[in-house]
Amino acid sequence: MPKVVYVSPAGDTREIDVPAGMTVMAAALKNGIDGIVAECGGVCMCSTCHVFVDHQFFDRLPSAQDTEEAVLEIAAVERQPTSRLSCQIKVTDDLDGLIVRIPEKQR
Amino acid sequence: MISGTVIVGTGQAGFQTAASLRTEGYQEEITLIGEEPHIPYQRPPLSKSFPLGAQEVESIELRPKRFYQDHQINLLVGERVSAIDRAAKQVKLESGAHYQYDKLVLAVGARNRTLSISGADFDEVLYLRSLNEAVIVKERLNIAQEIAVIGGGFIGLELAAVASTLGKSVTVLEALPRLMSRAVAPVISDFYRELHTSKGVKVVCGASVRKIEGSSGKVRGVLLNDGTRLPAELVLIGVGVTPNIELAQNAGLHTANGIAVNEYLQTDDENIFAIGDCAEHPCEFASARIRLESVQNAADQAQCVAATIAGRRNVYRALPWFWSDQFEVKLQMAGISNGHDCTVSRGNAEGRKVSVFYFKESQLIAIDSINRPLDHMIGRKLIANRIRLTPQQAADESVDLKQMANSSVTSRG
Repeated sequence: MPKVVYVSPAGDTREIDVPAGMTVMAAALKNGIDGIVAECGGVCMCSTCHVFVDHQFFDRLPSAQDTEEAVLEIAAVERQPTSRLSCQIKVTDDLDGLIVRIPEKQR
Repeated sequence: MISGTVIVGTGQAGFQTAASLRTEGYQEEITLIGEEPHIPYQRPPLSKSFPLGAQEVESIELRPKRFYQDHQINLLVGERVSAIDRAAKQVKLESGAHYQYDKLVLAVGARNRTLSISGADFDEVLYLRSLNEAVIVKERLNIAQEIAVIGGGFIGLELAAVASTLGKSVTVLEALPRLMSRAVAPVISDFYRELHTSKGVKVVCGASVRKIEGSSGKVRGVLLNDGTRLPAELVLIGVGVTPNIELAQNAGLHTANGIAVNEYLQTDDENIFAIGDCAEHPCEFASARIRLESVQNAADQAQCVAATIAGRRNVYRALPWFWSDQFEVKLQMAGISNGHDCTVSRGNAEGRKVSVFYFKESQLIAIDSINRPLDHMIGRKLIANRIRLTPQQAADESVDLKQMANSSVTSRG
């Protein structure tokens, strides 16, 4: 099963086994990762599941759609070049080891 | 006796209050009490992805069961609060138990308005609000072939889109002259009528329903006052909700179109708050006291009250926003358009990418967007920060809204 590494704002890491097909957001909620709020439930209406994707993985993700790009404009912590909404990242075997950093705040 | 905060209602508002209290560092007891048998779940998917079969029950839970233990939240499901004793600062449960509170948060929601027409009591006449109801709707949608939806608002239209996507023959019956007329401008209503019609949904506006007809315990159709008969085996009704004010009313709290609260979301008892669908609150973006039914309103009011209870007294002033998914189109709404005196469109409806900007006394008050997500997100900043934007600028696609939103010149000064 692919692994996803969540890095907290303080730098603590947690490695979670995530079934392929599940989103990085859903896996975070399921495993009690703090800092992923997911207020709208994963429909690109809020920015509360914002993450910074590690550079080595960013280019391997399918590009963000217009709806996601728009939401990143209102993120509570300003977007960076590797910002994504974790509700839009589906875990695949190819993404094994994916590292995402959680911003200081989500609202 | 240990007290802390008691939250009545396990919807989005109740859940978020409990979660945010812990994020705010609140150390006292938290008791979250709900009538429904389920742990807190998301309501929006119930009329969207859930009946399409795309989601299991677990996937719409707001958090897994473990979350409540991990955060020392005492979660009681399937329990009905029957009374509030303000003098003793206790809530009483129907089961006989009672809980002491320092602070009480009423997040008791709303219930469906029901139709009292003849035939409304057939088994195949369904309403949708709770997960249990959604499970039944999903099951019956799979069996029935001809479906009538009474109510052309968000819930009715989302259900119509789902039923149509499932290959059903669908008729939408709306009493008013156009769809979603309380919420959106005519150009948006027209767009959605066209969208539904193009997918094979029959839309009847100005429809006055006389009765639901049936025989041998089965629904056969809907009869309109003009004599039109529409065949249906299943009737879904979405004609709005009534706020649950009785608990507050019986406790002597002030109620109107909802439980009345001030700008801190406090009732006339300073230890009792009301939030979410049940709360009538002053809204600076509507310049009025209003009651909203939305995830944003529930979550932001919960966050505001949690901060206040945790010791950071907080005026509620979040910008309202909403969305609706129908077929492959997302409608995104920011602000409150009531009372507008001018609208302009940006983009065009024929190209299926359009935003409507609503102005009142030259001030931008709301934006509805179809397939123009950036207008919506930037629009939230424009409205919330009262950025000066003219109707001419709004309609002109060469005007960079993002740049305007990031400028600091506001009409508020």
